[in-house]
Amino acid sequence: MTVEVYKFTCIICPLSCDIEVEVENGEIKEIKGYTCPRGKEWAIEEITNPKRVVMSVIKVKNGNMPTVSVKTTKPIPKTKIPELMKLLAEIEVEAPIKVGQIILENPLGLDTKIVATREVEKV
Amino acid sequence: MNSTILQYDVVVIGGGPAGLAAAVKAKEYGLNVLLLDENDYLGGILPQCIHPGFGIHYFREELTGPEFSHRFMQRVKDLKIDYFVKARVLEIKNYSDLEKIVVFTSPEGAFEVWTKAIIYATGARERHAFEIGIVGDRVAGIYTAGEAQTLMDIYGVMPGKEVVIVGSGDVGLIMARRFALEGAKVKAVIELMPYPGGLARNVMILRDFSIPLYLSHKVVEVRGKKRVEKVKVMKVDENLREIPGTEFWIKCDTMIISAGLIPQVKLLTGIGVEIDPATGGPVVNDLLETTVPGIFVAGNSLLINDLVDYVAEQGELAAYGAKLFIENGGIPAEKWIKLEKGNNIRLAVPHYLSGKRDVYIYARVKKPMENVVLNFPEIDKKIRLPVVRPAEMLRIRLRKEEIAKAKDKITMEVIQQ
Ligand code: SF4
Repeated sequence: MTVEVYKFTCIICPLSCDIEVEVENGEIKEIKGYTCPRGKEWAIEEITNPKRVVMSVIKVKNGNMPTVSVKTTKPIPKTKIPELMKLLAEIEVEAPIKVGQIILENPLGLDTKIVATREVEKV
Repeated sequence: MNSTILQYDVVVIGGGPAGLAAAVKAKEYGLNVLLLDENDYLGGILPQCIHPGFGIHYFREELTGPEFSHRFMQRVKDLKIDYFVKARVLEIKNYSDLEKIVVFTSPEGAFEVWTKAIIYATGARERHAFEIGIVGDRVAGIYTAGEAQTLMDIYGVMPGKEVVIVGSGDVGLIMARRFALEGAKVKAVIELMPYPGGLARNVMILRDFSIPLYLSHKVVEVRGKKRVEKVKVMKVDENLREIPGTEFWIKCDTMIISAGLIPQVKLLTGIGVEIDPATGGPVVNDLLETTVPGIFVAGNSLLINDLVDYVAEQGELAAYGAKLFIENGGIPAEKWIKLEKGNNIRLAVPHYLSGKRDVYIYARVKKPMENVVLNFPEIDKKIRLPVVRPAEMLRIRLRKEEIAKAKDKITMEVIQQ
């Protein structure tokens, strides 16, 4: 039997409750420290399927800046992040680029888009 | 030197979020505005802050830094605000209470601008390694967090592979994530204080990437031949003094210094603007006017903020101040009420309140406390807070009727409930 205790600070609201989750054999046994249901839900997701918005920069050809910053439009599973970063490191785009322009749709089959967050003018 | 003479109602120095917001607002008030920035592009540090977390209050949307600044730059274009980039301001002259001169050069030439008001929004500078007591070899591989961020997120260059980050404030933590995402090994984050410096959401980054955090530790020495090879770390006691015998070395090729920001006020001190030692920025009234009439400050050159939203808010307030100043030939107030710092208040801005307008107080505590009351005894105002931390700026609204109740001062204090 393996019992693990995860401790983290809830980031949903400024109260920053310290939440403790006890996991036994991969199953959540106890959650302590939250003050409201939103915090509890967040803690459960953090354990079972943590997701993050990913941001990076991509190389740009013929632009007034050498890179364009990008982000995923939706949080993606944490486990997929390294693979996505590798993909983003390999691609290159051509200026001009507008803020919000879609660079990739459903990369790696993920339910998200890669969009530009910076404007790059053509030179 | 032959300089071109220009004339404006307001000159905004600094094209980051505070300056952009100030310029846009001042233009919307119908003022004739000139915006100056020394960088190659507008936006200040925002174009390189590619992570989300900006604009939650101001735009009610979570944006990245580049997206946040883009919205303001779009406004600058739409309103046809005059601006210069690559503009270096050499001097500000206080010609009279109602006339100022801004001297600057740019690739277009040398200029002398006559203006009625100045909004100073030059942001902050980063503290360097020597300022935090790190000795050793002067080698490649030592960067401030902002320098590393510019390299990675503007120029697409990786500064190193094995990284030690000094300082666990938000900037340090965000750079830890950035390095880890790019496949670098972040070997440690070293924090002098016994608690992390950043917001909880950013402290979570350490868990995400299994990065060790050393609290109550400091880097004391850096060694290497051509490039950083290792750094020496020591534990400190509660008075932040090094404890002999606790030293250990961490191998790395890069050291990132994220040891805090200092308001950039260089050009102001020369003309007699009074500086508050607690904030490092100028002493201001409730329109963010400094002790030199007609010179207003906003953003990180006023005080170091946690949120860009507050920076933009200060920019807009300074623009309002400039408008009132120009309309009335000065900022009128028969008496100013002084904001005094009481128990557990490290800094509080603005320093003087008129009682004629509502005001946001920006403040920081000295140490963390739980279940507290924020107390303003002279005006009978109490605000309960579950927790206060030095890392999180307090922003408290006082209404003009409340302020007017005070005679000559209002004390702000944190007391246990
Ligand atoms: S648990 Fe609820 S109250 Fe506590 S920080 Fe999270 S969201 Fe806020």
